[in-house]
Amino acid sequence: MVGYIVRRLLQSVLVVLVVTVIVFILLHSLPGGPARAILGPRATPLQIAQFNSDNGLDRPLIVQYATSVAGWFTGNFGFSYVLNQSVGSLLAERLPKTIILAALSLVLTVIVAVPVGIWQAVRRNRLFDYIATGLSFIFYAAPTFFLGLILIEVFSSWLGWLPPEAPQSNGVVPIFQQFPAMILPIVTLALLSIAGFSRYMRSSVLDNVSQDYVRTARAKGASPSRVLWRHVLRNALIPIITLLGLSLPALFAGALVTESIFNFPGMGLLFWQAAQQSDYPVELGVVIVTAFATVIGNLLADVGLAVIDPRVTL
Amino acid sequence: MTVQPGAPIEGMDAAAGRPAASTLPPPGAIETGHPRSLFRLGFEVFVQNRLAIVGIVVVALAILFCFVGPLIYRTDQVTVDLTIANLPPGPGHPLGTDGSGYDVLGRLMVGGQTSLIVGLAAAAIATLVGTVWGAVAGFFGGWVDGVMMRVVDAILAIPILFLLLFLVTIVRPSLPVMIFVIGLTAWLVPARLVRGESLTLRVREYVQAVRVMGGSSWRSVTRHIMPNVIGTVIVNATFQVADAILLVAYLGYLGLGISPPATDWGGMLSNGTQYVFLNYWWLIYPAGLAIIIVVVAVNLVGDGLRDAVEVRLQRR
Repeated sequence: MVGYIVRRLLQSVLVVLVVTVIVFILLHSLPGGPARAILGPRATPLQIAQFNSDNGLDRPLIVQYATSVAGWFTGNFGFSYVLNQSVGSLLAERLPKTIILAALSLVLTVIVAVPVGIWQAVRRNRLFDYIATGLSFIFYAAPTFFLGLILIEVFSSWLGWLPPEAPQSNGVVPIFQQFPAMILPIVTLALLSIAGFSRYMRSSVLDNVSQDYVRTARAKGASPSRVLWRHVLRNALIPIITLLGLSLPALFAGALVTESIFNFPGMGLLFWQAAQQSDYPVELGVVIVTAFATVIGNLLADVGLAVIDPRVTL
Repeated sequence: MTVQPGAPIEGMDAAAGRPAASTLPPPGAIETGHPRSLFRLGFEVFVQNRLAIVGIVVVALAILFCFVGPLIYRTDQVTVDLTIANLPPGPGHPLGTDGSGYDVLGRLMVGGQTSLIVGLAAAAIATLVGTVWGAVAGFFGGWVDGVMMRVVDAILAIPILFLLLFLVTIVRPSLPVMIFVIGLTAWLVPARLVRGESLTLRVREYVQAVRVMGGSSWRSVTRHIMPNVIGTVIVNATFQVADAILLVAYLGYLGLGISPPATDWGGMLSNGTQYVFLNYWWLIYPAGLAIIIVVVAVNLVGDGLRDAVEVRLQRR
């Protein structure tokens, strides 16, 4: 077990390192390099040389890479070209908000999708199953921003129940003080994952119902509800753990779009604005942080799986 | 995926758990013996899947609408005319006009061209690159496999939309650039699939039998491994098309898509967003529904193909 965790940790570090190499190559494949991007097309060669030597961009690539990686692992992600703030402090300000948004929408996803999936499997090929299947197909194909716009139109513009914009204040506490404003973003982000999770839950329950242990339980005389809740459900929930780990990249991407719809000042919005203004250090910082979070999420899911499922041998 | 911003998750397919028995052809229809009959068997299963046929018809109609439509329904999609901006649907403009005075129905056709071309071409590139990458890794194994797959893991760890936005800030998107960029971010899943399949196929009895009988590795790859992988690859390619259409829409919505006066469905929605509170619904719903309809249709085709391929695999 410990050996497995250590091995997986080393593998994760390796993957993050490869991410940094890819990101570094991307940055240095910019036409003209970062200097041209910051100083603009009319910069003289002298200015560019000055900028490069100021920022250490004239040193050998391998030295630059080592310095950057050392910086990334100590939280030094450079300085934003546009926002006049260090990327580290920007991330510290924005990341918690995205985490809250993503975590709450994951909670909502599980609360809705698990019962829906179970009910679909129990009432397989009945009306409810068909409706839920049809809806999940549609939500799966609907772009997040379209769902968000419809929700705004219905609940803000038409019914006037909920604000169309997420909380704007700095810090994490005000988010909970203005919680109604968070409802639409959370629901928007959750809808897509609910579609996927409920499909997964449905087939997971169906897979388990045909297993031998279910027949044994029934033969022992266990009631259908006991078989479902005590035997099938515990096994059917196991793949959901892996799914939680795997869904992180999609969740971050969804958060980017959701934050841009509801103008929620999280990491996704930060990235989107940086992308529009060619603010490379910010973009790099966000990419590395999300990649890191994804790798950690997968690691946690695998370890969690091993802890919960005794059949998984490490 | 993809995506997929909706980047869909592997194995989380909507068709999972569909009763396979109902799609099986009657016993008399099954022919065995010659390998060709497996394709025919798969084809028969596909044709009997009504939803998949509906999907194909919808996709065909969408292609007709986007590429033949503008020849019949002629509109000016280049010149801005603010005197007819934001007209509600009415005579002359069945779906109204947008903020620049473009006819929305005509724009839906032009925008659909971008979405469909990029979707199909990017999926083709992703499938090609992914198949070659996965086949090489799976065939050589060892440290080559290790290095190549760690690269795939690393890129998979970056949410695809982030990578895509990063790439389009480096190169401003035109149609070929969008195809290239989306294709280059979407090849990871086919690479993993093909590598996995070729690893398992390599040790199967019939492939080893070829080696024992003195057949070359070229022969094992082209005659035995490729035909068995190709089903999986085609199924995945279909889902890639759906994901790519969504990614184009996301880029367009985020304002980093193709530049005006050209457009795509996501860009149209992005323009409509400014008018949500004026209830200019014709700027939002046509484009949004077009995306949903086409993506659902492509996914239905993919599900049908998968059922067909699975029947073939079961008969093997």
